[in-house]
Amino acid sequence: MDIVVEHLTKRYGPQKAVDNVSFRVKAGEVLGFLGPNGAGKTTTMKAIACYINPEEGDIKVGGYSIKEHPEIIKKNIGYLPENNPLYQDMNIIDFLDFIAKIHGIPKYLIPERILDMVRICGLEGEKHKLISELSKGYQQRVGLAQALIHDPEILILDEPTTGLDPNQIVEIRELIKRIGKEKTVILSSHILAEVEATCDRILIINNGRIVVDGTAEELRKQAAGNEILKLGIQGGDVNDIFENLIHLETVDAVDFIDVDRQLFEVQSKEEVSSVKSIFDLCVQNNYYISELTPSEKKLEDIFRQLTLH
Amino acid sequence: MKQILHIANRELNTFFDSLTAYVLIVIFLGFSGFFTWIYGADVFFVGQASLSTFFTVAYWSLFIFIPALTMRSIAGELKAGTLELLLTKPVSDWQLILGKFLSTFFLIGIALAPTLFYYFTLWAIGPVDHSAIVLGYVGLLLMSMVYISIGLLTSCLFSNPIVASLTALSIGIFFHIIFDVLASNFVGFAGSLFSFLSLSTHFESITRGVVDTKDLIYFFSIAFFCLYASKMILSNRNLQV
Repeated sequence: MDIVVEHLTKRYGPQKAVDNVSFRVKAGEVLGFLGPNGAGKTTTMKAIACYINPEEGDIKVGGYSIKEHPEIIKKNIGYLPENNPLYQDMNIIDFLDFIAKIHGIPKYLIPERILDMVRICGLEGEKHKLISELSKGYQQRVGLAQALIHDPEILILDEPTTGLDPNQIVEIRELIKRIGKEKTVILSSHILAEVEATCDRILIINNGRIVVDGTAEELRKQAAGNEILKLGIQGGDVNDIFENLIHLETVDAVDFIDVDRQLFEVQSKEEVSSVKSIFDLCVQNNYYISELTPSEKKLEDIFRQLTLH
Repeated sequence: MKQILHIANRELNTFFDSLTAYVLIVIFLGFSGFFTWIYGADVFFVGQASLSTFFTVAYWSLFIFIPALTMRSIAGELKAGTLELLLTKPVSDWQLILGKFLSTFFLIGIALAPTLFYYFTLWAIGPVDHSAIVLGYVGLLLMSMVYISIGLLTSCLFSNPIVASLTALSIGIFFHIIFDVLASNFVGFAGSLFSFLSLSTHFESITRGVVDTKDLIYFFSIAFFCLYASKMILSNRNLQV
């Protein structure tokens, strides 16, 4: 099932939480939803899950509009809300049984589905405990189990790994990856590494608007711009080397990083690489290269750059 | 319809798991039994095979208990965030409201069921007016229906359970007694208006053994209005947390 979000706008009082957002998610895609706190991620996800009504715009899931056929959409969506609300006074099996009944799973299939979920989400040892007695990590697994129990085609996970320890984070990511092979998944997070590790596509949203839409690779490329090299050259006077570097045709700017260790930052002109000319320069002048590292922009930097203004 | 029953069933289980149901049933049976059989204007004192004392006690105790049962129904779910969990499942707003309504209604039914033994006991010791007793129970159920709806509405309006419960009580007290008092102080149109609005007028006319469609319309219209208003508030999702 495809998800098509068209010109979605949602206000909370005078403040626009989401402002004219449009995007598509193809069936089978894993989409990462990124953005600083309060950017509108949760609001968008709530709207897709048919919890809130947008003032303007529409969302179509598999061709059905959230305004006209919410009941059909809700059947096909597994949703893990932010903060993972659960009925704390129920035990895991009763809770999953209730959710399965609400989804209209045939009675004879329910025990089987519950056992599947308990196994997939690693809840075997805890299955008779009350939800309130579980640690946060296990509660998160119950949240995933309730989202998956009716085998939905679309999975919407709002910050699925908050509050988990590193081991649990890895486990949940593995689980999402495994599920993502068969299903459409939208997951939100403000941890970039997580989105990069699990998602096919990244959507960055800021102040209710989409700022970036693409794969992690494209994102890097787009923000990286000109080539930047961290360069160490030895075997000559540091000022001579600097002069020579600056006069290279492909070089746009040179900066000292460390004068004593003769380290420079070399920025090339648009769409050219200076690696070869630097090498030739060293051969001509009998210098030698002690270090040459292309400095890659981290996704964190890109994220900050895109969302800070 | 199935969804409504699933929700009602879960809610009912919560009442029993949290001991609320047991406390309610024990206190209710204790009170009503004490006043019906042992103390005050009890059956032996009056010397008639009638349950009118029981109905009066139940009339008052249910009025006080119901807001305590309904106060958390929507407000609690909203606070815990489970409302979002539930409404993103294939459940409509109406189904949720009706499920919540039915769960409390069933609980009242369960609390009333053991009092049928009063009826059987009375039947064994004297000639009873069967229709009056059956209609007495019908009256109690209709009254519960009205107060549960009011309780649900205030639970939608206020996220604080105490505020919800007290507001339900203060709205309830108008129907329960204030309109009746006003009716006796006014004459003409105002008098008959207040008399019509008073729940006790309609309750008494039913327990006397007379079923008038006017009474039924009265109970059902208040319940429907409150449930409809609750549904509208829920649909707007402008609920305060």
